[in-house]
Amino acid sequence: MNMQAGTDQMNAKAEEAEMMTGAEIVLRALQDQGVEHIFGYPGGAVLPIYDEIFQQEKIEHILVRHEQGATHAAEGYARSTGNCGVVLVTSGPGATNAVTGLTDALMDSIPMVCITGQVPTHLIGNDAFQECDTVGITRPCTKHNYLVKNVNDLARILHEAFYVATTGRPGPVVVDIPKDVQFATGTYVKPDNIEHKTYKPRTEGDAMAVEAAVELMANAKRPVFYTGGGVVNSGPGASNLLRQLVRMTGYPITSTLMGLGCYPASDRQWLGMLGMHGTYEANMAMHDCDVMICLGARFDDRITGRTDAFSPGSKKIHVDIDPSSINKTIKVNIPIVGDVGTVMAQMIRAWKARKAKADEAALKEWWAQIEQWRSVDCLKYRANKDVIMPQYAVQRLYELTRDRDTYITTEVGQHQMWAAQFYRFEEPNRWMTSGGLGTMGYGLPAALGVQVAHPESLVIDIAGDASVQMVTQEMSTAVQYNLPFKVFILNNHYMGMVRQWQQLLHGNRLSHSYTDAMPDFVKLAEAYGATGIRCSKPGDLDEAIQKMIDTPGPVIFDCVVANLANCFPMIPSGKAHNEMLLGADISDEEVGSAIGKEGKMLV
Amino acid sequence: MNASQPASAYFLEEKKDPIESHTLSIVVDNEPGVLARVIGLFSGRGYNIESLTVSETEHEAHVSRITIVTSGTAEVLVQIKAQLERMVPVHSVADLTVIGDAIERELALIKVAGQGEHRVEALRLADAFRARVVDVTNNSFVFELTGKVRKVEQFIALMKPLGLQEVVRTGVTAISRGPEAMKI
Repeated sequence: MNMQAGTDQMNAKAEEAEMMTGAEIVLRALQDQGVEHIFGYPGGAVLPIYDEIFQQEKIEHILVRHEQGATHAAEGYARSTGNCGVVLVTSGPGATNAVTGLTDALMDSIPMVCITGQVPTHLIGNDAFQECDTVGITRPCTKHNYLVKNVNDLARILHEAFYVATTGRPGPVVVDIPKDVQFATGTYVKPDNIEHKTYKPRTEGDAMAVEAAVELMANAKRPVFYTGGGVVNSGPGASNLLRQLVRMTGYPITSTLMGLGCYPASDRQWLGMLGMHGTYEANMAMHDCDVMICLGARFDDRITGRTDAFSPGSKKIHVDIDPSSINKTIKVNIPIVGDVGTVMAQMIRAWKARKAKADEAALKEWWAQIEQWRSVDCLKYRANKDVIMPQYAVQRLYELTRDRDTYITTEVGQHQMWAAQFYRFEEPNRWMTSGGLGTMGYGLPAALGVQVAHPESLVIDIAGDASVQMVTQEMSTAVQYNLPFKVFILNNHYMGMVRQWQQLLHGNRLSHSYTDAMPDFVKLAEAYGATGIRCSKPGDLDEAIQKMIDTPGPVIFDCVVANLANCFPMIPSGKAHNEMLLGADISDEEVGSAIGKEGKMLV
Repeated sequence: MNASQPASAYFLEEKKDPIESHTLSIVVDNEPGVLARVIGLFSGRGYNIESLTVSETEHEAHVSRITIVTSGTAEVLVQIKAQLERMVPVHSVADLTVIGDAIERELALIKVAGQGEHRVEALRLADAFRARVVDVTNNSFVFELTGKVRKVEQFIALMKPLGLQEVVRTGVTAISRGPEAMKI
């Protein structure tokens, strides 16, 4: 070996190895990961990091009012940009308050890195002030987590955290950093060549399986595409490939709540959302199809209804990057593990290579059947001249915002389902909602995060009166950073979905689902320094919505809607896709007897 | 449709598929909390652990081997393997029962106290089972026994009437036959 070259190499290494404090390493690693915004809340155990934030300008910190708000804001930020959301909170209560958002991100596969402060290493395990077992508490609600005990591991772990959070099936990663590690001096390493020893997600689908899938697709008589949030996670390229694949085959397509926007809702081949509150045509097509092509969705119980009656006559293809999603609840015939975008590209190539053609005659018949289901017009509702129907409010909101650069978030409940049914999405990353965990209070902070990422866009949280009260404090953040998102509350004074289930399952005994002391949302907005608007007459709605859009700062819109409207169509628990309750003309008796004994046991 | 049929995903457990017992071998990075992560998966998702052994097996590489005996329907067992494989610090998972005919061994220490005829009989049985005597007093033995679970169980059952005092068992550790080793 050439001694001179060896020494030079070592010198070069020494130059590369930059020494800095743990807190500096955190900021440097975030910069090198391309992070521009972090959402957080300071406290004793993260003060060294906050001190570094103060002394730099590359990364903007958004100060929230509650750590849960930080996590949902990071989720909205991540979901609307495709980048990793970053959260910074302190030890103890800071970390425990972040747990809801971490779990939400895990369930909906949102890339997030959450840095938590921890008490100094020598105090860990001593029941120190603001100590909690953060890695223990967050172990089941993160994709992975780390406790950093040595400052020299910090840079590597941070880069690894971003790698784990954003690749494969994305998810939240917690990095717990004790305060003494933040003060200690150590070596910084750059993010290049970070390769994980064990974690190597597979993106390419098995070629044989893809061939078999394409053959099954080409011979289908009654095919349907069933797509999900995985297509959004795979990036905008995947949505383009999906459009190409769907148009090339001419097959109908439906999507889960999480996948809305991957395929344009204005297209003829679009059947609308499927599942518990999905459209009649989507659910009937799923039930009666002979080939189901599941792309980046996971057969959630809100999709399948009763599993033993789920699409009984079909052969199923399932593309998922997570092998544990395959055959978890529904047995499939052709499983393909891989990135849904990559696999769709493989499918398109294979389809073209074999010059495959859909069975035109069978497809024509299938579409005729679907048109018949469509003609049921399952989303129709009884219009009202005196009170605003919630469906009408979402429809008008859609009509008045559709030509703008708009992002929609929601809370959880009836309003969420009405938004999914009546707001029509043409592009991915425009729709942010809490699907898996169903977190009330997700939408307002998520809108905040979306607005940070897209300062010029119109961002609207379609909210319910109950959900929004879980996170109203973030209006203060909105005003502080002049984030002009709009909170559009469908106010019916009820926890509407809870009440709907009480009507369906519990003899209309409305136990604690009515809010007897509703705040005045207009005054509340004004208290925060935002604008409040109220509307209760259908005739005034358009003008009021326009006023909301034209108002420059954040707005709370109190849309007073019909109190007792319910969300239909609905597959009652324990029923199959072809046993839907349709909305418009349903009687109270039908509602009361819709769910059998077994169904009452379900959630 | 038959109203008594199970409905929806929540009734999956009610399926009458036969329950099988499988031995899984898991190669993991020996980082702090890795065992908690693995057993947390089992408790969090409602899987069974019948036995568990764990120790670092390669010190330089910081790699540990976990052997878990678990039970469930065939579908659940496939799901357990997939869930383990997607954990970040897990190198690889082998279902030794599926691979077939793995060597499974357990070590037990068994304390027996007694006098006279019982004492003689205990020693005679220990000899038959090739258990080693690792501690002796005037009125007691501690036996060390290695073998398949059934052999250990059988020996313990035989010791019961002869003055069995206490038993400690390591749980099953297992390895596949033939030249192939597990991927690290």
